[in-house]
Amino acid sequence: MCDRHIRCALLTFLLLLPSCSIGRANSSSSGPAALTAGDVRWLNRVTFGIDSATAARYRQLGRARFLSEQLQLKVEDPSTLAAAIAAIPVTQYSAEQLVRNARVEQERLKALPTEDDKQQARMALNQAANQAVYEATKRQLMRALYSPAQLQEQMTWFWMNHFNVFSGKGTVRWTLAEYEERAVRPRALGSFRDLVLATVKSPAMLEYLDNAQSAAGRINENYARELMELHTLGVAGSASGSRYTQRDVQELARVLTGVGVNATDAAPRLSPERQALYVRDGLFEFNPNRHDFAPKIVLNQRFGSTGFAEVGQAVTLLARQPATARFISSKLARYFIADDPPSALVNAMAATFQRTDGNIAEVLRTMFTSPDLLSASAPTGKFKDPMQFVVSSLRLAYDGKVITNYRPVVGWLTQLGEPPYGHVTPEGYGAAETAWASPGQLVKRFEIARAIGAGSAGLFNTEDNRPGPSMGFPMLNNRLFYEAIEPTFGARTREALAQAASQAEWNTLLLASPEWMQR
Amino acid sequence: MRRRTVLKLAVAAIMSGAQGFPGIVSRAYTAPGAADAKFLLVFLRGGYDAANVVIPVGSPFYYEARPTLALARPNPSDPQAALPLVGADNTVGWGLHPALKDSMYPLWQAGQVAFVPFAGTTDMSRSHFETQDSVESGLPPGPRTYGSGFMNRLAAVLGGTAAPVAFTDGLPVVLRGDLVVPNVSLKGTGRAPFDERQVAILASMYAGTRFEHLISEGFELRKTVAEQNEMMASGGTSGEMQAANRNAISARGFELEARRMAGLVRDRFNLAFIDVGGWDTHVNEGGTQGQLANLLGNLGQGLAAFAEQMGSAWRSTVVVVISEFGRTFRENGTRGTDHGHGTVYWVLGGSVRGGSIAGDQVAVDRSTLNQDRDWPVLNEYRALFGGLFKAVFGLDGTRTDQVFPNTAARDLGLV
Repeated sequence: MCDRHIRCALLTFLLLLPSCSIGRANSSSSGPAALTAGDVRWLNRVTFGIDSATAARYRQLGRARFLSEQLQLKVEDPSTLAAAIAAIPVTQYSAEQLVRNARVEQERLKALPTEDDKQQARMALNQAANQAVYEATKRQLMRALYSPAQLQEQMTWFWMNHFNVFSGKGTVRWTLAEYEERAVRPRALGSFRDLVLATVKSPAMLEYLDNAQSAAGRINENYARELMELHTLGVAGSASGSRYTQRDVQELARVLTGVGVNATDAAPRLSPERQALYVRDGLFEFNPNRHDFAPKIVLNQRFGSTGFAEVGQAVTLLARQPATARFISSKLARYFIADDPPSALVNAMAATFQRTDGNIAEVLRTMFTSPDLLSASAPTGKFKDPMQFVVSSLRLAYDGKVITNYRPVVGWLTQLGEPPYGHVTPEGYGAAETAWASPGQLVKRFEIARAIGAGSAGLFNTEDNRPGPSMGFPMLNNRLFYEAIEPTFGARTREALAQAASQAEWNTLLLASPEWMQR
Repeated sequence: MRRRTVLKLAVAAIMSGAQGFPGIVSRAYTAPGAADAKFLLVFLRGGYDAANVVIPVGSPFYYEARPTLALARPNPSDPQAALPLVGADNTVGWGLHPALKDSMYPLWQAGQVAFVPFAGTTDMSRSHFETQDSVESGLPPGPRTYGSGFMNRLAAVLGGTAAPVAFTDGLPVVLRGDLVVPNVSLKGTGRAPFDERQVAILASMYAGTRFEHLISEGFELRKTVAEQNEMMASGGTSGEMQAANRNAISARGFELEARRMAGLVRDRFNLAFIDVGGWDTHVNEGGTQGQLANLLGNLGQGLAAFAEQMGSAWRSTVVVVISEFGRTFRENGTRGTDHGHGTVYWVLGGSVRGGSIAGDQVAVDRSTLNQDRDWPVLNEYRALFGGLFKAVFGLDGTRTDQVFPNTAARDLGLV
């Protein structure tokens, strides 16, 4: 029976035969089918890590339909999660409101009579800003932990990292929650071109990469360079086939002049002709007075003097370059599959990227249905980055039981070198094992495994760390463990688990095992 | 008008303020290339405002360019003023930020610290990440490849005698490369979380995996750190440690880290790295007090504590403090400074021939600014470090080339 399911899964996987996956679903009604090692591995890539709900859904749908569902799930969260997220204060304000409030407060504190008063008001404002960043982090973690739309949430993380902004720069702390919610997450599985354009219109990005300061005659190239090097084509001369020049950077920077941020009520004074080209959307502003209207040539394509339409033209141009298809496909494969993914896989993904005009869901479908997927990394697995390690561990340990205090989780990510929204520089966090498997980080993972496994981290306390209900330690030796995790363990890990002196220690060893470090 | 002025300060007398630094009195020079040589790199991330730390007080242009940020010319009766860095010719061209009065200034007076202004890289991106990474890689300008850092290559050419470590959460680019280098953050409480039985079980799961060696390094370092901490907390084993412990009670921030670091470097390592962040002072940088002064006070106390805690090993230790770039020479519209170019490196150690402003220099004036904006780089970092490593570790030309390819090492004679 088991063999039949493996064959069926394999057929589904290779040929996408709907009848086969339906057959699989039907068979589950006569008793749940056991997950194979291949199923588990596949699920651990598509999701942040297996939990009971994921396993049940997979058994119900089969691989092909599970994947289709993951690629199509709505952006709206299911109602319980949506209610919890709606209760997070930062989600109730627009970036514009938050930035304006901060500006008002800054003006107010300047007028305070004494230095002490000013200092206190400054500290309170900083605290409010830190709280806003924490709340955005909490929302991201809640979705990663509890949303059934696991691939969408993973891709949201992936793109937030790809289009990195740093919460410590300027007003990014106030704008990043909206950046993720409005620009990135709704497009995480959509059109790559639309996604790039949404980031170009984001105050967080425009401030982070200094484009808000760039104007005709006072060019700042920072964003133009990263838009090509990091966001689309890949660095010139690299394996993606990217070939832009310094001249292209300068020309693109001119295209981007006037694209910026306006946090005031005032609109620029414009001639009637330029007024027609003015764009304003919340904090986002395209100011024609700051735009360089002289003709430009980027990647051999001529640009007319059309104002913000030039930016749309440039984004389309960049998104459609073969180098972009290869660069993005390769980065996705390195995140999900292996540090050095097979070139056949990357080529197939890049072909899909070009054929579908950058449809992200279709590129992912090519990747997750490829026969290279699991063989590529066998037998070593892909080393989890800190986010994947922490989230997968919590999903397994608490299995849908909702955490109330996310501060310890933020602390763990920080200690492991991956603080949320905390990467200072625009290349984002690396995906390769070498970035995460240093001696200090590995031993730190064991300590975090213990904190989770012993149930001692205060995850169910209130956020100001007043004690919540006592949850004790999680029971990790449950059905899911025996079905999905235990079969992946080698002899040494089994021997180690057999030596555990307590449930808490057993949990710790499981989460600290080499098999669990990889997916 | 570039003039080469390698100033040497003759330390005539040991200043009373320097009593706290062991090793000064005998001042026995350790021979270059000594087997017990130790090197610590301190990276100030964010680009510290060097011109307000090692201050060109002799330059009228400095006072013109920084109407709100400038520190007053040295004046014994003004505690807000810069401290005089008196050169051999008895002229005061430079001053030190007064936040370093009780930490770096005694070391300067004892001749144990030299400053190298106009130091840095040829990278003109003025980008934090690119400049930090390229400096840490230590490779000539070219396509970005950050797979190998210059301290990892240094460890490789030193062979069996090398004992490298990074006191950071992740492994910094400067120590990445072919050699496995352990890292540990010293910020935490430091209690070892697992007993020996648990460590053995954990390690057994990794036997035969590609992580085996990393994990044994990690555990060993973690254990050493915990032992050091316990020793410090319990009063230590020597008079020196006890002296240190008095301060350790009140130590906070970088000073506590630095004391822990010293214990580890003294006993176990000879190539160490730590970074200190927060130096990107675009807004409200402050003068005698304020943002930069607080950061400096914290850094200076840490370095002085490190020197003290190293004990007799301070004589064979060289510490270099660097940053990715300097800042704009003129202050900006928000009482801060923006990304610039040339910076000031600090070279300190028990046997450093310090008390001097070293390296190639130029009079600080509008006409000598780089791109009318910031300090030029006259002392390229790869050449400087190459020269320093030659002197400290007795490297020959072939091995220096492996650490810094295509670079002519330049010895400023500080060690």
